[in-house]
Amino acid sequence: MAQEQEIRYLTPKTADTRKKKYCRFKKSGIKYIDYKDPEFLKKFLNEQGKILPRRLTGTSLKYQRKVAQAIKRARHLALLPYVTDMMK
Amino acid sequence: MLNHYETAFILSPVLSEDQAKEVVVKIKDLLVANGAELINEEHWGLRKLAYPIKGKTMGFYIILQFDAEPTFVNTLETAYRRDERIIRFLTFRLDKYAFEYAERRRNKVNAPAAKEDKPAAEVVEEVVEEVVVEAPVEAPVEAVAEEVVEPVENKEE
Repeated sequence: MAQEQEIRYLTPKTADTRKKKYCRFKKSGIKYIDYKDPEFLKKFLNEQGKILPRRLTGTSLKYQRKVAQAIKRARHLALLPYVTDMMK
Repeated sequence: MLNHYETAFILSPVLSEDQAKEVVVKIKDLLVANGAELINEEHWGLRKLAYPIKGKTMGFYIILQFDAEPTFVNTLETAYRRDERIIRFLTFRLDKYAFEYAERRRNKVNAPAAKEDKPAAEVVEEVVEEVVVEAPVEAPVEAVAEEVVEPVENKEE
């Protein structure tokens, strides 16, 4: 019994310490995503200007669609590039 | 039935300021002539394009918000296509959230004039302020900004 309590880990346990992802739009109550703000939309793009998947950003499906819509509008109006390198 | 619409277009940088204004006046006349009601207009001036369009790297950005009949959009876009000075345009209907947002943005821009605002960021700030009133939590803003960046790095490793 006493020995079991003395078990020590060289590295601290990592399981269950990862922060849970959440949808920032749901959390902060944003209903409409504006295409006129490319700096904000850049948070949802990778370095090549591709839209990041939900599994990385944590955005809910409902808002992922709106993000995609806004990004595509911004691209059309040349506020964001379709393809690029080293955006960040 | 009137709908809310927003239209944005980019003018060729070859034009002078006066010529650019002339195009805007022409479009606005078209709106009025077709019984549309202009609600708001934004001029961003000459701005760099993210990629070249028709060999141009700059353009005048103009954004108009208006109420009109759905059939008017076709008329408007035909006019855009006929006008060589317009190198790119976008028209879409505003849903109720977009309309509310546009209204807030308009008030923000008009009230504390001459402030360059970042619309979406503003919304976040507003919400956070409300939270602070209830309980003094200041973390959310930074958390929101950083949260997205982290997973990306993980992927690349």
